[in-house]
This record gives sequence, C-alpha cells and structure tokens, in this order.
Amino acid sequence: MEYRNVLTTCIYCGVGCGLYLQVLDGQVVGTWPAKGHPLNDGRLCVKGWYAHSFIHHPERLTTPLIRDQKGGPLRQASWEEALDRVAQRLMAIRETHGPDAIAFMASAKCTNEENYLLQKLARSIIGTHNVDHCARL
Amino acid sequence: MERVALVREAVKRLLDSGQVEGVLALRTVGPGSAPHLFHPGDSLDDLTLWPKYPLPKILDMLLAADPSVRLGMVARGCEERGLIEMAKRNQVDMNRIRLVYLACTAEERDECCCSWPYPSQIDVGDKVEGTADALVAEHERLSLAERTEFWKRQFARCIKCYGCRTVCPQCFCETCVLEDNLWVEAGVLAPPFPSYHLIRAYHTIGKCVGCMECENACPADIPLTVLYTLLRRDAEEMFGYVPGRSLEDLPPLAVETLWQTGH
Repeated sequence: MEYRNVLTTCIYCGVGCGLYLQVLDGQVVGTWPAKGHPLNDGRLCVKGWYAHSFIHHPERLTTPLIRDQKGGPLRQASWEEALDRVAQRLMAIRETHGPDAIAFMASAKCTNEENYLLQKLARSIIGTHNVDHCARL
Repeated sequence: MERVALVREAVKRLLDSGQVEGVLALRTVGPGSAPHLFHPGDSLDDLTLWPKYPLPKILDMLLAADPSVRLGMVARGCEERGLIEMAKRNQVDMNRIRLVYLACTAEERDECCCSWPYPSQIDVGDKVEGTADALVAEHERLSLAERTEFWKRQFARCIKCYGCRTVCPQCFCETCVLEDNLWVEAGVLAPPFPSYHLIRAYHTIGKCVGCMECENACPADIPLTVLYTLLRRDAEEMFGYVPGRSLEDLPPLAVETLWQTGH
C-alpha cells in the first residue's frame, strides 16, 4: 500500500490556493488544504475541497472529439487532427467574415502564461481584440 | 535527544518489528507538512510533527482500502481519542492499529487551546497540562439572547465550503444530512440560521474530541470548537460521558437508543 500527498495549486480560480492531492496506490482519492501555505493556510472553498474529483471521473474527456458533419455523432480524434480542424475553420471564418467574427474566451483554470498566449493568438494571428473571460459567461 | 528524532526512532522500531505494513505520520513537504505512509526501509529524515493533519480520517480510509492491512500511526492525544470514538462506531478496528503515542508541547497546546494535549500513554514528549479556551469562558458570561446574536453573526459569515464536515474524522456517514436539500437548501449563502451549523453541532455530541481541525479549516474563522466544547461539557455533566476517554464507555446516544429499543 502506497499513500502520499502531492503539493499542487487549485485549478478552479485565479487565487491559486495550495492543496495536496492524496494519492493511494496510484489513484488520486482526495484533497487536503495545505497548512502554512501563504495564500490559504489550510483553508479551501467547496470547489477546492473537491479539486481531485474530476481526475478519474468516468465522464472525463481524455481525447478531442470531432463531429464530421453538422448534427452527426462525435468521434474520438488525435490532437493533431483536432487542432488542424480548428485552425482551418478559424482561418476560413476569418477569410469570409473578417477577424472580428471570432472571439476568444480565456480561463481562470489556465496559468497566466497560457492566458497570455491565448490573447497573443487572438490579437497577432487572428487580428481581433475580442478577448473575454470565462468568469463573465 | 530532539523530540522529532525520538519519534523517528519509535517509528523505525515499529516498522522494523514487522507488526505493521506502514506507519502513517507527517512528512515535510512544501510550505509545511503533509500526511505520508512510511514503509520499512524508508528514510525517516523528513518525518515531521507539525502542522498536524486529521490522521485518523486517513487511517480509516487506508484500513478500508485493504481489509487485511495492519498499520501504525503517530498519534497525539486528540488523534488517539478520535480513533477510539471511530472504533466504537465500527469505522476502525483497533486490533489492526499500532500507535506511537506523542504528547503535545505547550506551544502546540496553546495553538489549539487544547484542554487535553496528551494521549493515554506517552512514548515521546512530556505531558503538559491542558488549557482552557478563553473564548469559552467569555461566552459563558453572555445572556441567552447575546449568545444567539453571537452565533448568528458568526454563522452569517459561512461560505458553505463544507470544510468543517469534510475534514472531520468523526464525519463518516455515507449520506450527509448537510447535503440534504430538506435541511440545508442548496445554493443559499450563508445557510439560514440555525440550519447547517446547529445540525452539525448536534451530530458532534459524544463524538467530538476537540482536535480543532474544523476550526483550522474554516475560511470564515468561525469559532466552531467553542460550541462543540460547550456541548461536550453538557454531555459530560448530563451523562458522564467523555468522548475518547475509553473504548468501553458507550456513547450517550447509543445508550439511549439501546434503552428505548429494549436491547
């Protein structure tokens, strides 16, 4: 039997509370708030307390899903194929309707660096200032 | 020898004895400590003692995960008492547990305002007497109306993180009444007085050993243990029952149930 705790940062909002993921025999089974952490010192909100619960969830998506035609079924795809599809469609929409026909939604669940890259993609590659945030959806 | 070195020695002896597969204790990680299961042959250099975590709750989970495993644990007074209450309710089997008994220091006692900072026997540490929570004494000077107002103000800050419930070693029900919409309406902040908090308070009677984990986990700094300390005192005065004192004493609610059902 192996039981240990791995220090990480809560992914649910921008505060960045410190928490431990409890790992029992290779499975993540629970969360402890990190005592002594400069941000949350042993406290969490209800989302943080369940930060582990999606990791092994049976309904968690683990590959991209693509719909080959409108209304058709979703099928599993590689990241390569999915990103190619997204890039092609975004460029086609930009070509037909202009860059402001596209908007980008950043996320509190990403790091600052990832959100920086997203707005860079929006402004420099697509050419739009339509950048907003999931907290306003 | 330093206290932590003595604990490491005691843990090593227990691991080497072959009586247990592992010993649950704390390990230095990141900003403080985290629970960890040490095995025979592991380095114990990073075994540490503070800040504490609710080890009885983890031990319960580990014992349930493998019904044949025997485990050790470094236990403070509150943690031993917690295990005793859990054993009475068939949550843990004391025959599968070996404890390294650790007495708290005066500093640790003061941090928890602990009235009982030592276990039933002591392997490491020196016994220091308990202290009274000043807030409890202050509370007793309040009139009934003032007390109600005090708790209304405290509970109004609740963000319903459920941390007090989730961290508590004595909260092991498979379905929790605090998640039942009939008693605690979902999506309402703060929970309307006195739902949630007084339900939880009643449910601690005869179980809460004052480990302070709930209060330490509370993002709103609600002095939960004041309430639970007063309830514990009432239960002692009325039924002579002290949670965690012995494996033999039957909890008052169980005794009442047995009497009522004639068994």
